[in-house]
Amino acid sequence: MRLNPCSCQGRPTGVSHTGRSSVPPSVRPRNTSFNSSSLLNSRQLARGEVRCASLIHNLSHALKSGKISAVELTSAYLDRIRSIDNTIGSFVQVDFAGAIEQAKQIDSRIATGQDLHILAGIPLAIKDNICHQDLSTTAGSNLLRAHQSSYDAEVVTVLKGCGSVLIGKTNMDEFGMGSTTETSANKATHNPWDLSRVPGGSSGGSAAAVAGQMCAGALGSDTGGSIRQPAAFCGVVGLKPTYGAISRHGLIAYCSTFDTIGPIGPTVQDVSYIFGALQKDGNIKKMRDTSLRHSSIIETSLPPQASLSCRPYEGRRFAVIAEAIDEGVADEVKFSFFDSVRHIESLGGVVDLVSCKTFQMGLPAYYVMAVSEASSNLARFDGVRVGNREASYESVTDSLVGHFRHSYLGPEVLRRILMGTYTLSSGYSDEYYARAKYAQRLVRDELISYLSQYDALLTPATPDVAYTRGSKIMDPLQMYTGDLMTVNVNLSGLPAIVVRSGVLTVAEGTHLPIGLQFIGKHFGEGELLQIAHIFEISLDSVTKFPDEEIFSWL
Amino acid sequence: MTTKQPTRFEAVIGIETHVQLNSRTKAFCRCAYEYGAEPNTRVCPTCMGHPGTLPVLNSAVVKKGIAIGTALGAKIRRTSKFDRKQYFYPDLPKGYQISQFDEPLCYDGSIDVVLPVEDGGEVKRVGITRAHLEEDAGKLTHAKGEDGKKYSYADFNRAGVALLEIVTEPDLRTGREVAAYGSELRRIVRFLDACDGDMSRGSMRNDVNVSIRPVGRERFGTKVEVKNMNSFNAMARAIDYEIARQEELIRSGRGDEIVQETRTWDEAAQKTVAMRKKEGLADYRYFPEPDIPKLRLSEEFISNVVASMPELPSMVRARYAALGLPPADVQVLVEDKELVTYFDAALSSSAKPSAKQVANWLTGDIMAHLKNSKMENVSQLPLSPEALGEFCAMIDAGEISGKIGKDLLPELLEKGGSAKKLVADRGLSQVSDPREIEALVDGVLEANAGQLEQYRAGKTKLKGFFVGACLKASGGRANPSLVDRILQAKLDGVPIDVA
Repeated sequence: MRLNPCSCQGRPTGVSHTGRSSVPPSVRPRNTSFNSSSLLNSRQLARGEVRCASLIHNLSHALKSGKISAVELTSAYLDRIRSIDNTIGSFVQVDFAGAIEQAKQIDSRIATGQDLHILAGIPLAIKDNICHQDLSTTAGSNLLRAHQSSYDAEVVTVLKGCGSVLIGKTNMDEFGMGSTTETSANKATHNPWDLSRVPGGSSGGSAAAVAGQMCAGALGSDTGGSIRQPAAFCGVVGLKPTYGAISRHGLIAYCSTFDTIGPIGPTVQDVSYIFGALQKDGNIKKMRDTSLRHSSIIETSLPPQASLSCRPYEGRRFAVIAEAIDEGVADEVKFSFFDSVRHIESLGGVVDLVSCKTFQMGLPAYYVMAVSEASSNLARFDGVRVGNREASYESVTDSLVGHFRHSYLGPEVLRRILMGTYTLSSGYSDEYYARAKYAQRLVRDELISYLSQYDALLTPATPDVAYTRGSKIMDPLQMYTGDLMTVNVNLSGLPAIVVRSGVLTVAEGTHLPIGLQFIGKHFGEGELLQIAHIFEISLDSVTKFPDEEIFSWL
Repeated sequence: MTTKQPTRFEAVIGIETHVQLNSRTKAFCRCAYEYGAEPNTRVCPTCMGHPGTLPVLNSAVVKKGIAIGTALGAKIRRTSKFDRKQYFYPDLPKGYQISQFDEPLCYDGSIDVVLPVEDGGEVKRVGITRAHLEEDAGKLTHAKGEDGKKYSYADFNRAGVALLEIVTEPDLRTGREVAAYGSELRRIVRFLDACDGDMSRGSMRNDVNVSIRPVGRERFGTKVEVKNMNSFNAMARAIDYEIARQEELIRSGRGDEIVQETRTWDEAAQKTVAMRKKEGLADYRYFPEPDIPKLRLSEEFISNVVASMPELPSMVRARYAALGLPPADVQVLVEDKELVTYFDAALSSSAKPSAKQVANWLTGDIMAHLKNSKMENVSQLPLSPEALGEFCAMIDAGEISGKIGKDLLPELLEKGGSAKKLVADRGLSQVSDPREIEALVDGVLEANAGQLEQYRAGKTKLKGFFVGACLKASGGRANPSLVDRILQAKLDGVPIDVA
């Protein structure tokens, strides 16, 4: 490995070579403390108790100690959805009656003194490409407008087993193809920080629902950055797990090689609880065993702030990928990133600057593979078994399939299917798909080789802050470049987490979050979550949610 | 310009066989397939291709694939992969078929096919190019609905059922060779219990590629695919028809009418009929199936499968030949796995009958009885192999004559039970007491004094008459060889020697 000479000594920051070391005035950490009881009145959550940096922890504690019932908690969230989601548009379906039913069951279990899972009674939202047999599953497409899944996704089964209250399905780009949630056939979703901006995508609904405090956590899916980018745009935490760490059975496929399901939550600890419940080799097996299903497995607890030394990153090594702070990245994002690097160093971490030669290969390789597999994965939507079909046709193959697909799929999806059909054509698949797979190997090998020397890699979460609505949708290529930071992680199958690292004031009264991405080792979520957790709780000057001031329309 | 017509043509034939593996569940889901079940009752979200479902490879399917591949003398790939073969058809739920494209599970094998004795009984070696795993599609039927409109009905019960597609080298030359290959392949999969081999139910589907060329020419002619043959007999006729059709077209100068197409065998009209033209190669946009990891097989896994393989037809044939059975009997016995099991059980029964005796009865009277009573195989007979063994051993030992055996058999076949008991009940055991026989002979000679005089006058041909009369007088129970010897002594006027 070739280290950047400036960064060999580690401290002070190795990225100061850019010549800009001062914090731009617009990046202003906000002094608002996290208050998980914002949903509840002060009577319900007693004053003076030790607060953990986790909404779910606090809510679970309040439920189990009887300070609030699951029905009250769920009702509070449903009221919040009723009052603000017509403005934000994060949900495509809210299960008002079903959620209360689920909460009632948890209350009766609490009443009988059952030992419950940390997620029991916790209202969570599910991205609309994850199958839930009692709710519609449209994947943001007109083609599946009336689709009700015949089965529950594995993750839904597990969350139901944990006793989570699944309150509804969240909006998304059609079949996950988009970075703004604007390709959804359902409706637009607005960024809670600034309604004129997009929440990111494709898991924009889930991220906006968490940021808007309409659920305590949510599931998203990440194929090229679809959890991390909206998490960054909405200022919440998003974890893209190692490929294969969480079952994707029941996730409507976009690109099978990269598709992952992962949690979005207000804090790293919240995301950790959800991930812990869903991990394939650990908890899912335990969850299937009903004798263990209700026990309180909180192995994914992270160390509380008080237990940390003043230099909690001592002995840890981080690498900044130089190409990720190169051209095409907004200055404000760069400055915030440098602040984060300095912060990590101040906590005892060693940060090196490394060059990732394959970094630029990722985006084209990703898109070739994604559109190729998408063209195949979406072939099943032929109008024969799933979806509406109103007319009769002369020929099932030509007129039914063609007509059905063309009249119900959106332009972005059609574009990707066409490109994918082309890239897989005989004579071209070696040129495109096979070469992209080769590039994928190169990218993966390089990132893995760095991860053998570093505890985590660092990049900004996105090249820019949340876009203004409509600004990218007409220019697909520009939209695709927004995935620059995230796609290499999918190509490599690695886990990565995005946390909020700063807040940018774009105009008087308008603030936008900026995200930082930590990339970890294969199946190294435990370590990755620890690292992100330390970063998050040590950066207590950063606000956790858009506060009352930001929510001026409330 | 005149072209000299070549005088002799030869056909070049290769076969693709889809063998439906009889694993309890489908290839990639937990549905149990059942032929003839109510439409769309043997389906689940996975084999229906519902959004979000993922395939999980059934290990039983891999094991059966390995067993068949091994029986075909093929190499088993330690690492193979699955691919998606993509096309739109309403019976294909996912819009692609999970198959194996460039890394088939089995490759490079061959089998020796024994041609029927009536065709010379020679052995033909057929090369096996490859055998790969894939999934079956559903089934479409087209019919008028109650409203009089035309409808297409899709039944997905069969969708996702495991298939092994076996592809031969273009080694076959005649319809009969094709039929012989097909029936040997069916015997192999049946012996392995990997497929029921029922062609009329589509458990085994043969697509035969036929082209012809002048003898001696290297280059292949235009190949035509023939399908929809429901028996090996039909296969032989269909291929011979197709060869003749192509030859006739070339001889009459219309060779360009032979085009790359699929023709279907019309059993009623006894001819092949064009079904669809293959214009150019279809682009199936194959790519590696991203939902299934590479299939890596350990040596242990493969050797366990191979070790648990039962005896194959060729091995049974060798074993029976070593017993001294004639080739025709061997062919009939090895035709059917149940027959082999039954034969082996009868042979090893406690009565220890001779192989020849059991084979004679099985291939003769018993096979005829099966045919007449429309039974599928010997396992349905009320007569147990143990009882057949006892029956044959009694004939071997001369306790009953073959003729009495023939009389007894129908009742045994109908009702089962012990031959010994039946013989005792009917008082039919053979008379082998020399004194009884002597009395019998004396009685016959006395009653036919005239004939005796003629005999002694030199008309020795009359001996047969006396033997017949003796056997008749005993109700068939007299031991024929004893009758012969005692009668001879009496006729010759010499002392009886029955040592």
